[in-house]
Amino acid sequence: MSDVISLTAADLGAAIGAGEVSSEEATTAYLDRVSSVDGEIGAFLHVDRDVALAQARAVDARRAAGEELGPLAGVPVAHKDVFSTTDMPTTAASKILEGWRPPYDATVTARLREAGLVILGKTNMDEFAMGSSTENSAYQVTRNPWDTDRIPGGSSGGSSAAVAAFEVPLATGTDTGGSIRQPAAVCGLVGAKPTYGGSSRYGVIAFASSLDTPGPFARNVLDAALLHEAFSGHDPRDSTSIDAPVPPVVDAARLGDVEGLRVGVVKELDSDGFQPGVRQRFHETLELLESLGAKIVELSCPSFDAALSAYYLIAPSECSSNLARFDAMRYGLRVGDDGTRSAEEVMSLTRAEGFGAEVKRRIILGTYALSSGYYDAYYGSAQQVRTLIKRDFDAAFENVDVLVSPTTPTTAFPIGERSEDPMAMYLADLCTIPSNLAGNASLSVPCGLAPEDGLPVGFQIMAPPLADDRTYRVAAAVERTLSERDGALLSRSPYAVQG
Amino acid sequence: MTAITRDEVAHLARLSRLALDESELDTLAAQLGDILTAVAKVQEVAKGDIPPSSHALPLTNVYRPDEARPCLTPEQALAGAPAVEEQRFRVPRILGEEE
Repeated sequence: MSDVISLTAADLGAAIGAGEVSSEEATTAYLDRVSSVDGEIGAFLHVDRDVALAQARAVDARRAAGEELGPLAGVPVAHKDVFSTTDMPTTAASKILEGWRPPYDATVTARLREAGLVILGKTNMDEFAMGSSTENSAYQVTRNPWDTDRIPGGSSGGSSAAVAAFEVPLATGTDTGGSIRQPAAVCGLVGAKPTYGGSSRYGVIAFASSLDTPGPFARNVLDAALLHEAFSGHDPRDSTSIDAPVPPVVDAARLGDVEGLRVGVVKELDSDGFQPGVRQRFHETLELLESLGAKIVELSCPSFDAALSAYYLIAPSECSSNLARFDAMRYGLRVGDDGTRSAEEVMSLTRAEGFGAEVKRRIILGTYALSSGYYDAYYGSAQQVRTLIKRDFDAAFENVDVLVSPTTPTTAFPIGERSEDPMAMYLADLCTIPSNLAGNASLSVPCGLAPEDGLPVGFQIMAPPLADDRTYRVAAAVERTLSERDGALLSRSPYAVQG
Repeated sequence: MTAITRDEVAHLARLSRLALDESELDTLAAQLGDILTAVAKVQEVAKGDIPPSSHALPLTNVYRPDEARPCLTPEQALAGAPAVEEQRFRVPRILGEEE
């Protein structure tokens, strides 16, 4: 069934729609692929063959009954384990939620089901989405299909690894500081962070509520746009959801025209300290865009230099508050309830045993930053920086249509290299964080392999809030030109499946 | 350089209901100092009269109609509970012996 697996999601959806292949056949092919390679990759925390096949048969039955279904109906998708699912466990890769089954579906989950997508399983991640390598999972290591000694990125590293290893054509993720774009970049995929409020947080286990944004992973730009469209849009159950139409991302992905587009290169996100091969591919892509008729302008966003610092105060502050819900009383783990201990002691023992080192570190850091006496100096100052970053974006978008940068300072780093050094790990998010703090749309598209290590490099495109379509337009132009010249990037991966 | 003492970490751990062991307190004290030193950059940039932003986008409160709607059944609500008694969450004692 390598034919089915090598198809794009768009083509597979069309083939299922035309009756050339059933969803059950496609789902079976992908389940078999997961069985054969996931022992090496470790992308999935949970796969239930029977549940997946039941969904596939239900889609086939809906179609047989004459129901009009969307372009991805019957296509398998992998779901990050941070989204609530009633028919599969939902753990956020934490021991504190081991085996938990939510009583309701996340809005994103419900929309995947309505669109007829088949949820193949739940993917590994950094615990509670805190990390850039998926090494903070309480359950397992996930490996990068390009080099299995390297990290697949994070926090949505199970999703990126699953798509890059052709275990599934599409996957969901959440992006709080880069957790979709960074794993997409290091695995050679397209990954998008929609405008904050453009995709629903309802039923997503919260990390930092003012930043968390669900988004898509795919092997190409059009597939990412189709998945983006399938699960985004206004949700009355999320109080920060934007009541506006989904930007025309699918049309933009088909168009891929950059003639006359003004592209701003952010000086602060193109540092001498970045890996040389990353900068080389980035600058070649700028030349490529120029040759296609785009106007390239260099500009400065000075407060971006403080974005990483602001983020590592704001995100831990919000997480220390959000994770207070894990109190060992209503759901999840409970430790030490022997009849003699108080509720408070049981709570403290449970949280100490149920949370991993990075989660504890961020809870303590956030508790400090929010403490009386330190609040103004840390959390307050970080919120002021957030205002300055928004102002920098606003000023830049008065002169250009999109901003661009490398997605990450380096290609995928070796497993274990940064796990004992939190600050080194945090640097992986340097270029992605500004868009989370300002809430604008942002996307990563592959722009080649770094010459020194042969690993994928990501090109980041940032657009104003609700102008997500511009990121897809530029990405489609880059993808089309590079694949006409070099062939599809993923076809060079050791885990590629050729048609 | 921001120095965080072990006692300060122990206090933060009590506030955040984390029963950390001795070695965790030592490790976190060192790491927290390093992280706070690095992120103190925000204090250099955030000078003067800049309004804080708690969110990226302007927020207005959202209400739903005040109408009775179906909700979780007791069985659904209690399905993930660590302990249940008489259709309620069973919890450890909340008050101390002397109270």
